Amino acid sequence: MLNTLLKAEHDKLGASFTEFGGWEMPVRYGSDIDEHHSVRTDCGLFDISHMAEIRVTGQAEEFLDYALISKLSEIENGRAKYTMICDDQGGIIDDLIVYRLDDDEFMIVANAGNQHQVFEALNNRLADFPETKVVDESGMWSLIAMQGPKTKELLGPLVDVDLTVLKYYSIAAAVLDGKDVFLARTGYTGEDGFEIFVSGDPSGIWQLLLAQEGVSACGLACRETLRLEAGMPLYGHELNKDLTPFAANLGKVIRFDKPDFVGKQALEANKRPEQRLFGLQGEGRRAARADYEIFLPGETESIGKVTSGVLSPTLQVPIALALLDTNAGLEIGSEVEADVRGTRVLYRVVELPFYKRGR
Amino acid sequence: MANPENLKYTKEHEWILIEDDIATVGITKYAADALGEIVYVDLPKVGSEAAHMKICGEIESTKSVGEIYAPMDGEITEVNSALDQAPDQVNQDPFGDGWLIKIRYSSLPDLLSSTEYDALVGE
Repeated sequence: MLNTLLKAEHDKLGASFTEFGGWEMPVRYGSDIDEHHSVRTDCGLFDISHMAEIRVTGQAEEFLDYALISKLSEIENGRAKYTMICDDQGGIIDDLIVYRLDDDEFMIVANAGNQHQVFEALNNRLADFPETKVVDESGMWSLIAMQGPKTKELLGPLVDVDLTVLKYYSIAAAVLDGKDVFLARTGYTGEDGFEIFVSGDPSGIWQLLLAQEGVSACGLACRETLRLEAGMPLYGHELNKDLTPFAANLGKVIRFDKPDFVGKQALEANKRPEQRLFGLQGEGRRAARADYEIFLPGETESIGKVTSGVLSPTLQVPIALALLDTNAGLEIGSEVEADVRGTRVLYRVVELPFYKRGR
Repeated sequence: MANPENLKYTKEHEWILIEDDIATVGITKYAADALGEIVYVDLPKVGSEAAHMKICGEIESTKSVGEIYAPMDGEITEVNSALDQAPDQVNQDPFGDGWLIKIRYSSLPDLLSSTEYDALVGE
């Protein structure tokens, strides 16, 4: 298993670890629920160095318009975009955040477990782009996410850029603790926050950020409950190669007005999947978990399965994302039942996200 | 936290305190730590029958679901209903206020000593 460069810091903090995407990652430092709340109310610090970084240069915008489903040529320097890479059947290879660093330079952040698949798929699409270079820089970057409503005021005094003008889904070069870093205003928690790209030893920056008043170290357990409350998909649960972006309610990420891109034909031919993701909210404290079957009330034939489910620490009710039949007649407010280890538990279809931060 | 010497243990990471004909059952610190923060505990009804190695309840954390196995045959005489409101007591005080059930046992199977359990979890 791989370790991040912050392993010694996590050990010092008494972290428990879990395997994730081939990496040994901190799952929690103390109480995962306290960590969850600290991100919702103050500021949480995550080591997400397991994420993959891939840099694309040379004819980069033309290449990415072809290789990915969005129109990357359209975004300005210093801006970011949430997108996906699909196979020629329209199946999702991974979901990505793509940052435009310069006219002809992009940084792609992919999921740890998909690092090689994404890198390989990009390389396989290079044939018509002789000038394009795709470089896997995952080994050189540590990624630290600082998330929560107090992040901006805590991070602001420590960097040489004005964070108030760095918009949501933007990236800027900055100096932090004497080191050159990239600061991206992106995240996976449903809160405002920043993701900090550090090359070299990130320990000093980690220590400096953690020493700020109100900052808590946070593990992957709360990252999971935070992203689920925010209705964000996780590859391997809500997204996989058998699903298209339409199944994940992310059809709007696709730009069919591009001349060609990998997956275009298949996606255009099938805009209405047999199943798609729904948000479900229950009552009580028993949460339906991944793979539990969902039924229309009183029925015996399953209409799909939960992809992720948890007792929401913020809302204090069970919430779930579920991949359900589009012909089951479900709409907002519809009642369904989850089979929670032999007991039917009532859930209702609700709007996503489950949780939205105040502005 | 060390595994208390006055308790007996199972391979399913439960501890048992034997007092006369009553066995108090909980999960060990090791098990509680592995589950993560516990958010819901489903306990059997008082008066119901406990059967050795049969599931008699569930413990849910944010990440996962753990099953409670009855460590012996007998009758459930009491459950820790305080856990309805404060399930995290299982994390806070697994060998004390986080106890789960009391069983009036009819027979006792072989149980692990604290030394044997220490060895099982590598302590």
